[in-house]
Amino acid sequence: MRYSGLKVIKEALTGHKGWRPAWRDPEPKKSYDVVIIGGGGHGLATAYYLAKNHGVTNVAVIEKGWIGGGNVGRNTTIIRSNYLLDGNEPFYELSLKLWEGLEQDFNYNAMVSQRGILNLVHTDAQRDAARRRGNAMILNGSDAELLDAEGVRAMYPFLNFNDARFPIKGGLLHRRGGTVRHDAVAWGYARGADLRGVDIIQNCEVTGFRIENGKCLGVETSKGFIGANKVASCVAGSSSRVMEKAGMRLPIESHVLQAFVSEGLKPVLDGVVTFGAGHFYVSQSDKGGLVFGGDLDMYNSYAQRGNLPVVEDVMEGGMALMPMLGRVRMLRSWGGIMDMSMDGSPFIDKTHIDGLYFNGGWCYGGFKATPASGWCYAHLLATDTPHKVAAAYRLDRFRRGCMIDEKGQGAQPNLH
Amino acid sequence: MIINHPILGPRDAQEFTYLGDASLIDRPDWQAEDAADQFHDYLYLRDNPAGEHRELWFHEQGDRSWLVVTRNTVTHEILTVELARDVARARGRSK
Ligand SMILES: Cc1cc2nc3c(=O)[nH]c(=O)nc-3n(C[C@H](O)[C@H](O)[C@H](O)COP(=O)(O)OP(=O)(O)OC[C@H]3O[C@@H](n4cnc5c(N)ncnc54)[C@H](O)[C@@H]3O)c2cc1C
Repeated sequence: MRYSGLKVIKEALTGHKGWRPAWRDPEPKKSYDVVIIGGGGHGLATAYYLAKNHGVTNVAVIEKGWIGGGNVGRNTTIIRSNYLLDGNEPFYELSLKLWEGLEQDFNYNAMVSQRGILNLVHTDAQRDAARRRGNAMILNGSDAELLDAEGVRAMYPFLNFNDARFPIKGGLLHRRGGTVRHDAVAWGYARGADLRGVDIIQNCEVTGFRIENGKCLGVETSKGFIGANKVASCVAGSSSRVMEKAGMRLPIESHVLQAFVSEGLKPVLDGVVTFGAGHFYVSQSDKGGLVFGGDLDMYNSYAQRGNLPVVEDVMEGGMALMPMLGRVRMLRSWGGIMDMSMDGSPFIDKTHIDGLYFNGGWCYGGFKATPASGWCYAHLLATDTPHKVAAAYRLDRFRRGCMIDEKGQGAQPNLH
Repeated sequence: MIINHPILGPRDAQEFTYLGDASLIDRPDWQAEDAADQFHDYLYLRDNPAGEHRELWFHEQGDRSWLVVTRNTVTHEILTVELARDVARARGRSK
């Protein structure tokens, strides 16, 4: 079934009786060409591009809960291509280009909204860094504009320009960045993959691997053994726990990141604003709530909730930047568990075990990566060679001294 | 979270900064044959368990001692707190 404006009108006139489930609910087969562990955005996108770009359709996505119940449904929905380093920027630029054509491609409304992202600068040094970043972005085919304080004031006059510690001196504007409806990303990819024959198996937990003579033969699950020529892990914040079952230790720690939503307001903020110096970023959802977040809770955690000190810290950052927030009520907050890698960058790689592949370490920037992550992981799975824009995301890069350390923090996951 | 400091008593976790896995106490021998491999594992690889985890906390806004805190990463419950110095000495380190 294709979605279209005409179809919506027809359904509206006939009591909405013609809608069908967007994907099947099959029992697992005995074996598949590729089994993908994890029905988040990355896993589903990988299945979609495996089928669409490479014609590999004997594929299962195995999800322990329901698809979209992980980080793809918990993030603050920001997409952007404003990285600095060569290992990263071409990858995120591919991702942004894929976002730009995504809805037409998978015939699903994901509400991709290129409302612009403004990174504020408060010092001369930060302005220099922003100029350098902007130039790196432009060299890689992205877009960037450096605004002075007046330029920022013209966009968002309500920001606190006279903060004693962090006066706003300008900002780096990335107009093609923005937000996407995160749940719809999972649903759209699921539907697109299902239409091409991929089995999406929910409520099925992978509990182990069957590995013989250095070759992975499939996965043990709560629904029994499922054989596979290739097994592709894609489980976001659970990477260490899942890969440990294959005897692997990873350059990853798990940390919790919290996010917040306010009560619904009339439109006040049409883009995304980040206040790096105060650890706060904010956008307004289409329902009117302000969506915002800040730092990690800073210590290893698998609790899908945060702690109060960070709530306080984020609110302070918010008040410092947007004093008008003081009148706004908070509706809810939640936490998500993410892989934090040792250099803040992700992995898309084969492992040393034949037939076992790994995708993870997305830290808190993995939502924007969803299309390119699926695209490149599918390429790796289908061809056994890394895609050229993801070639730097190897597991052994620390051993080789080829870290991709955007923030220059070294091997300190909680600082990335 | 409240960290029960062995000398100072219960303190708010906000007074501390977090470094990571307590295995960082066991710095490899830089003169060993396979020192490069050992340092790779020491610096970059982590067990990262869901459950009990021994980790290093620095009492930055207090007496500036390093503690080994055993904490459950699923419930955030703190089980034991030791001085990192005592832990290192018990393993035969001189300081
Ligand atoms: C609060 C918060 C805000 C964020 N904001 C942004 C943002 O604004 N922009 C951005 O780019 N990124 C953001 N991120 C990061 C981003 O959400 C993640 O990096 C990304 O979504 C991870 O990939 P995923 O969608 O595939 O993961 P998930 O959706 O978590 O998918 C992994 C799936 O694997 C499943 N799984 C785990 N173990 C097993 C098992 N044993 N068997 C079967 N299935 C299993 C899980 O149930 C889960 O559904 C944010 C993250 C958080 C927590």
